[in-house]
Amino acid sequence: MSFDDANLELHALTITQVAAKLRAGEITSVELTEAFLRRIEALNPKLNAFLAVTADLALEQAREADRRLKTESAAPLTGIPVAIKDVICVRGVPATAGSKILGGYIPPYHATVVEKLLAAGVVILGKTNTDEFAMGSSTENSAYGTTRNPWDVTRVPGGSSGGSAAAVAAGLALGALGSDTGGSVRQPGALCGVVGLKPSYGRVSRYGLIAFASSLDQIGVFARTAEDAALLLNAIAGHDPNDGTSMPTPVPDYVAELKKDLRGLRVGLPKEYFVGGVNAEVSAAVNAAVKVLESLGAETREVSLPHTDLALSTYYIIAPAEASANLARFDGVRYGPRVDAPAMWDEYRKTRGAGFGPEVKRRIMLGTYALSTGYYDAYYLQAQKVRTLIKGDFDNAFADVDVIACPTSPDTAFKIGEKVDDPLAMYLEDVFTLPGSLAGIAGLSVNCGFDALGLPIGLQLLGPAFSEERLLRVAHQYQQVTEWHKREPKL
Amino acid sequence: MPLTLQEVQHIAELAKLELTEAEMIHFREQLSAVLDYAAALRAVDTSAIPPTATVLPLRTVLRDDVPQPWLDREALLANAAEVEAGCFKVPAVLD
Repeated sequence: MSFDDANLELHALTITQVAAKLRAGEITSVELTEAFLRRIEALNPKLNAFLAVTADLALEQAREADRRLKTESAAPLTGIPVAIKDVICVRGVPATAGSKILGGYIPPYHATVVEKLLAAGVVILGKTNTDEFAMGSSTENSAYGTTRNPWDVTRVPGGSSGGSAAAVAAGLALGALGSDTGGSVRQPGALCGVVGLKPSYGRVSRYGLIAFASSLDQIGVFARTAEDAALLLNAIAGHDPNDGTSMPTPVPDYVAELKKDLRGLRVGLPKEYFVGGVNAEVSAAVNAAVKVLESLGAETREVSLPHTDLALSTYYIIAPAEASANLARFDGVRYGPRVDAPAMWDEYRKTRGAGFGPEVKRRIMLGTYALSTGYYDAYYLQAQKVRTLIKGDFDNAFADVDVIACPTSPDTAFKIGEKVDDPLAMYLEDVFTLPGSLAGIAGLSVNCGFDALGLPIGLQLLGPAFSEERLLRVAHQYQQVTEWHKREPKL
Repeated sequence: MPLTLQEVQHIAELAKLELTEAEMIHFREQLSAVLDYAAALRAVDTSAIPPTATVLPLRTVLRDDVPQPWLDREALLANAAEVEAGCFKVPAVLD
């Protein structure tokens, strides 16, 4: 019997559906992997979602998965092809972080999340495009070209995890890992019409994630459905002795929790998020999604997050400050290309000047300024204090409600080039995702409709720290009664 | 208040970033705009508010002081531009 992807349309299935076929012996992981590799070969030139495709490694992992699928040791993700954002280290596979300064770098170790996914038996298809060092909201800041939105290739996929979001939306992978510092999983999830989950800070190990802003960075997952996202989170969540900021909080079975209904769930609508500046079609779709949650038994009420308008300023002091310190390590000594000079400091200046792109330079400069003598108290310390107020807003709101619902992004996907040299306009893309990042809470974006141009719209669900099972459950129940996630881009 | 070119130069030196003249002029404008926007923070009364450096209740986490195997030296040096005698090699630090 020959295997034909054109008939089976495997790329349009969910992880859960494909896993059932693998277990039933209807397909093998090698056939599945070959089908995805063919699809990547056909469509990646158009999308630039993958920076590197690890075909040989993937087929080797698929053969191993096929052996394992015949045994008792098979896990729910065994044999499932996924993609990894190129800020996460896979041993022996080049990692660029979307930057020239890491050109040629080959990590000598796996990130903990990769170690865990491989232990679960996944097949890694390759590394996906990202804004340089995950700094951006469009993937245009990658040194390796912009990723294109599968719903309209003249538009951005969002960012910084745009490669992973586009790969899942276009059916080039069944799931993917991303990282979210201020919205970099949720916003591309919204703009590409897939589920993007940012777990709470401390839920997933950051070991092997190339650092951007260490008090905010968190690895997250992309999938078509909340159920698939739950499967992926099951595999990667938990304490890691190699990450001093990973929490020992017990990990529930995120899939088992999905089935509970939404009766009595209290949903808060933050009045500060439903104001001017939001695209009318986005508002309408989000309001309609809230009505769906009500029809499932949820109760809605207004909540207030009074310091919302300070989140953008707070974030753009704290994140660049942390970045300026984290990126000090890129000096051409231990990794990456070096620009030679006779004296060490000149070599640093030249290597960094040549290796970093404009947005990374901007943020290093901003962060260095905010930490410098005479400005530390006025900017950095003050931002850390306002962060306390922003976190307090959420603590107060979650005393009254179980989850918060709002738009993920104020707009749908914008045109490539539209905001690339206007940092403030680009930063405003994340105005609804930044506050939750500063508070360290859990956030998820789920597709809740399309605008008149056929571009996806995201509903953002926010929950208290370590409430991922609740967000996944709300999104799952929503997807049981809606069809948005079944729509596919025409490619 | 816009940054001066001298300030931009000073920050670039602190950050060990070689910038072109054009980059400095461009960044001066863009950084000034972002800092102007962030000036809103200074109007907030935070005299009674402690700073948040981390959202976690964890503080310094220590592991047991027991030696563990780690990557071998070859693997760790493999990405370096220049290596000598098992060490990273850099140009002269002092004149």
